[in-house]
Amino acid sequence: MSKIHHHIPEPMLAAYAAGTLPHVFEVVVATHISLCAQCRAGLEAHETAGGVVLEATNAAALSDDLKADVLALLDIDMPEPPAPKGSGIFPAPVMAALKNRPPRWKSLGFGVRQSILEHGSEGSLRLLHIPPGRAVPDHGHNGIEMTLVLQGSFADETGAFGVGDLEVAGDELEHTPIAGEGEPCICLAATDAPLRFTTMIPRLLQPLFRI
Amino acid sequence: MAPPRPLRKEKDAVAPERDLSEQTRLMLAVRDSCDRQAFARLFDFYAPRLKGFVMRGGADAAQAEEIVQDVMLTIWRKADQFDPTRAQVSGWIYQITRNRQIDMIRRVSRAMPEELKHEDEHDPDPGQILALEQETGKLKQALGKLKPEQRQMIEKAYLGELTHQEIHAETGLPLGTIKSRIRLGLERLRHELKGLREP
Ligand SMILES: [Zn+2]
Repeated sequence: MSKIHHHIPEPMLAAYAAGTLPHVFEVVVATHISLCAQCRAGLEAHETAGGVVLEATNAAALSDDLKADVLALLDIDMPEPPAPKGSGIFPAPVMAALKNRPPRWKSLGFGVRQSILEHGSEGSLRLLHIPPGRAVPDHGHNGIEMTLVLQGSFADETGAFGVGDLEVAGDELEHTPIAGEGEPCICLAATDAPLRFTTMIPRLLQPLFRI
Repeated sequence: MAPPRPLRKEKDAVAPERDLSEQTRLMLAVRDSCDRQAFARLFDFYAPRLKGFVMRGGADAAQAEEIVQDVMLTIWRKADQFDPTRAQVSGWIYQITRNRQIDMIRRVSRAMPEELKHEDEHDPDPGQILALEQETGKLKQALGKLKPEQRQMIEKAYLGELTHQEIHAETGLPLGTIKSRIRLGLERLRHELKGLREP
């Protein structure tokens, strides 16, 4: 496991444990946890706290037959769908978002490619493929963007990000990530608002590219 | 039915089983010997609390009982996934419950981290189970000592009533307390987990 320096911010980890993150962010958080023992331990801490709250909740009276109903169902086998598995550089939550198919890359120009995994009112989730030394188009944000490195690396004004590192950028950050040398940088990126590119792709074209 | 397997092996003698909480012992009996009586006792303890918990989240009594039933059956069917060195019974059930609630209100089910592969997951070190229980006990005490407003915020957060922005903005929310109270237990687990995912 490579050393991970950039982790999930605490409020996001708590919200993930409680299940209140938008789904596109949830996929990024679950993917980071798949790669990061520290955040997995943090998640378990939050689940423990959730359990303490659950145990302290006032009991509500149950219908008379609920217990008998449940006990009668114990013998019925309900086969579970198998847990999703990771493949190559894509941990299980990415493979689940890809519906177990390889990414469908579309060119954004200059060797930069994207594969959209989800796009809706709650935000968008995509994979980005950036050749070494190439800049990801500079963009500002209308919300929060999470970027998780799955292969290679990138660096921007805020620091260097390698495999497993997570960048969380808010409204205020106008940054220009540049892919590091070596392998192309592949990241999982989620945003809860449409991206607003400041160079390379005119704003008018954004709906077309869905970025 | 086959006689239940003994829960404890010789080498486990360091931490006597009686030191573990009742819920952990019952859950291990369900996991290791499909013990229905133990399951019935877990039902008696958790089902009414689960119903109260789910109704606080806005469900009516009938919806809540449907969720309680699903959660209790999941506890039985997925018992082999219970790992007392990583999760307390209540924390494990909390997570199952939130998954079920989210599945019922959302179109997409919750994205879950990849499961860790355990080499001998059914042969845990009882010392570790005990350590995790003790850390949880301290956490319970810490939460019990919070000011009522703080405690209410914690409850709201884990009931799923706060967004991450609200959790972030809520400076009174003692997330640090939660982290530090179980840091010791988690530090140890982290070292152990590290070896499991070498590429
Ligand atoms: Zn992390």
